[in-house]
Amino acid sequence: MRKNGAKMIKIKAKDVDVFYGKKQALFNISLDIEENQVTALIGPSGCGKSTFLRCLNRMNDVIDICSVKGEILINDFNINDKSCDVVRLREKIGMVFQKPNPFPKTLYENVSYGPTIHGMAQSKQEMDEIVETSLKKAALWEEVKDRLHEPGTGLSGGQQQRLCIARAISVRPEVILMDEPCSALDPIATAQIEELIDELKKEHTIIIVTHSMAQAARVSQNTGFFHLGQLIEHGSTDKIFKNPDNKKTQDYITGRFG
Amino acid sequence: MNLILFTFIVLLGFTSYYFGRKKAYTIQSTKKRLTALPQFYGYYLAIWCAIPAFIIFSLWAIFEPTIVKLLILSDYSNQGYLDDELNLLYEKSKALSRGQFTGEITPFIEASAEKYLSLRSIAQSSKVVIVLSAIIASVAYAYKRISSNSRTREPVEKFLNAVLFTASLAAILTTVGIVFSLIFQTIDFFKVIPLFDFVFGTHWYPAKAFVRDSSEALDPTMYSDTFGAVPIFAGTFFIAFIAMCVAIPIGLMSGIYLAEYASTKVRQYAKPLIEILAGIPTVVYGFFAALTVGPFLKELGTSMGLEVSAESALAAGGVMGIMIIPFISSLSDDVITSVPQSLRDGSYAMGATKSETIKRVIFPAALPGIVGSILLGVSRAIGETMIVVMASGLAANLTLNPLESTSTITAQIVVILIGDQAFGDPKTQAAFALGMSLFLVTLCLNIVALRVVKKYREKYE
Repeated sequence: MRKNGAKMIKIKAKDVDVFYGKKQALFNISLDIEENQVTALIGPSGCGKSTFLRCLNRMNDVIDICSVKGEILINDFNINDKSCDVVRLREKIGMVFQKPNPFPKTLYENVSYGPTIHGMAQSKQEMDEIVETSLKKAALWEEVKDRLHEPGTGLSGGQQQRLCIARAISVRPEVILMDEPCSALDPIATAQIEELIDELKKEHTIIIVTHSMAQAARVSQNTGFFHLGQLIEHGSTDKIFKNPDNKKTQDYITGRFG
Repeated sequence: MNLILFTFIVLLGFTSYYFGRKKAYTIQSTKKRLTALPQFYGYYLAIWCAIPAFIIFSLWAIFEPTIVKLLILSDYSNQGYLDDELNLLYEKSKALSRGQFTGEITPFIEASAEKYLSLRSIAQSSKVVIVLSAIIASVAYAYKRISSNSRTREPVEKFLNAVLFTASLAAILTTVGIVFSLIFQTIDFFKVIPLFDFVFGTHWYPAKAFVRDSSEALDPTMYSDTFGAVPIFAGTFFIAFIAMCVAIPIGLMSGIYLAEYASTKVRQYAKPLIEILAGIPTVVYGFFAALTVGPFLKELGTSMGLEVSAESALAAGGVMGIMIIPFISSLSDDVITSVPQSLRDGSYAMGATKSETIKRVIFPAALPGIVGSILLGVSRAIGETMIVVMASGLAANLTLNPLESTSTITAQIVVILIGDQAFGDPKTQAAFALGMSLFLVTLCLNIVALRVVKKYREKYE
C-alpha cells in the first residue's frame, strides 16, 4: 500500500491513559498516525476506540469526570500541555459524529458556523465562497444549492451527515475525526460517504472509528485494533486483515468474537 | 341514611367483584378457556352493580325535590295564592321540618311541614328499596350471563373509556360554564355602560356608582366618567412590564447558568432553592413589597430629591418580578438542559467556546420553550392580585411614572367585590366585565405564544 516509503507522521500518541472517574478506560495507548492517510480504529463495543478518538481534539474535556494522561503530539506539539488553546486545536481538528447533528439553523448557517466563529471570512462574498467549496467537497452542493436557506434538519440522514462533513471541512482542518459516521445511514448513503472519505484524504488526515470491518478494509490504509481499552495491534490495513500478528486480532477479524 | 346506603352499595360492588371472579375461576377449573382474565369478570359484575345505582341516585336527586314540592303545594293550588307566596310557604315548611324556622308558626305551615316530613321518609325508604332491588336484579342478570365465551373485557374497557371521557368533559364544561357566566354578566354591564366609555374612558371610579336604592340604578347619567378602563389596563400592562423587566433577564441568566455552567453540586442545591421561591405565597410577597420595598424606595427617592409614593408601581412590579423569576429560571433551565448533547458536541468540536455555543446553537434551539416560559410569566404577572393590592394602592391613576401608585384589573376586581355590593348593579357587574377582559387578554397571549412556538418548531424541526 505504501507508495514511497515512510509517510509523514501527523499524530503521535505516547502512553495515553484515560480515566472516567476511577475507572480506567484506556491503557497505555501509543499510536502513530500518518499524514493524508485514512486510519481506521476497529474493535468491539466499549473497547475505547471512540474515547481515544475524542482525546485527539480534547472533546473529553466536556465530560467532567474524564481525565487524560500521557502525550499526544500533533505536528510535534503536545495538545495535553497547558499552553494548548483548545479553540485553536479544534479549529485544526474537525470531527464528524455517529449521529448526524446539524444545528437547527439553515444549511448556509450550518456551514458558515465555523468560519464565523474563527473570523475566517472578511466579507459576505468570501463566506459564500467558503460555503460553496465546502459543500462541493462534501459532494452535497448539487443537491442543495437551491435551498441553502432552508433548515439543515430537513435533509435526509445521508445528506445531513454530508452537511456535517461540509461543516467540519469549512475551517480547512488538518485532521478529520470520524466517529462511526455511517452507522446511522443506509448502504447507498454509506457508499457516498466512503467515496467522500477517499476524496478527502488528499487534503486531510482522517481517522475513522467503525464497527464495520468491511468498511475499515474499504476506506483505510492503516488500522488499529482496540480491545478492552488496549491497543492490541496496529499497522497497514492489508497486514491487519490478511496476516495479523496477534491471535485476538485474527479472531476479531474472522468474526469469532465481538 | 344516604351515607349508609352508599357504603352498602360499595360493599355490594366489592362482593359482586368477588363473585364474578370466583365464577370465572370455577369455569377455568373445568379446563375451559376464558375470553378474558378472571379479574375482568369481577369488574364486569361490579360495573353492573354501580351503573343502576348511579342512574337511580341521580334521577332521584333531580326529581325528588320537585315532586315533593308539587305534592305539598297541590293542597293549596286552588286557594288563590300567588306563586311567590306558595314558594315562600314551601320554604317555610321545609325550614320548620328541620327545626330552623324562627317566624310565626301558622297551622298551615305546620301541616305542610308534617306532610313534607312524611313524604321525605316515604321517598327515602322507596329509594332504598328501588336501588337495592335494581342492583340485585342487574347483578343477578349479569352473573347468569357469565360463561366461558361471554365478552367481559370489551364492556369493562368501554366503561373505563366512558369514565375518563366524563372526567375530561367535566373540566371542559366547567370552563365553558365560567366563560358563559362571564359573558352574560358582561353583556348586562354593557347594557348600562356603553362599550365605548369602558374601552376608551380615562376615569375609573367605581365607588361613585354605589347604589343606595334601586330607583337610582337605572339613571345612566350617574355612570358617565365612572367606568373608563384605560387607567387600569394601562396600570396592568405597566406593572407587568416592570415585573418582566426584572424577571426575564435574571430568570434567563440564572437558567442558563444552572443548565450550562453550574457544577452538578451547585445545581443540586441551587435549583431547589430557586424553586422554593415559587412556593412562597403571594401574600407574603405582597407585604414584603408593601412594608419593606415600598418604604425603602420612598426613602431612597427622597434622599435623591425625587418624589416617591410609598405605594408605587415600581415596588409592586419589582417584587412581582422576583416572584416570577423561578418560573422563568426553572423552565428555561429545563428547556436548555433538554437540548441534545450532540448539538453541544457539534459546536465544541468546531472550536466554539462555551458562550458562543450557548448564544449561537443552544439558545436558538431552546427558544420556543424559552418564549413559552416567558409568556407563562407574563400571564402570571397580569393575573397577579395580592402584591398589587398591598403595594401599589387602589386608586386607578393613569400614569407612566413608576414612582407613583397605580392599579390593575385584578386589584380593581378586589376593590369592587369587597364590602357592600348588590347583585345586578353596574358596580358589581363591572367586576365581571373586568374578569372577561382579563380572560380575553390572557387568551390572546396564549394564542400568540402557541403561534410563536409552532412557527419556530416548523422552521427548525
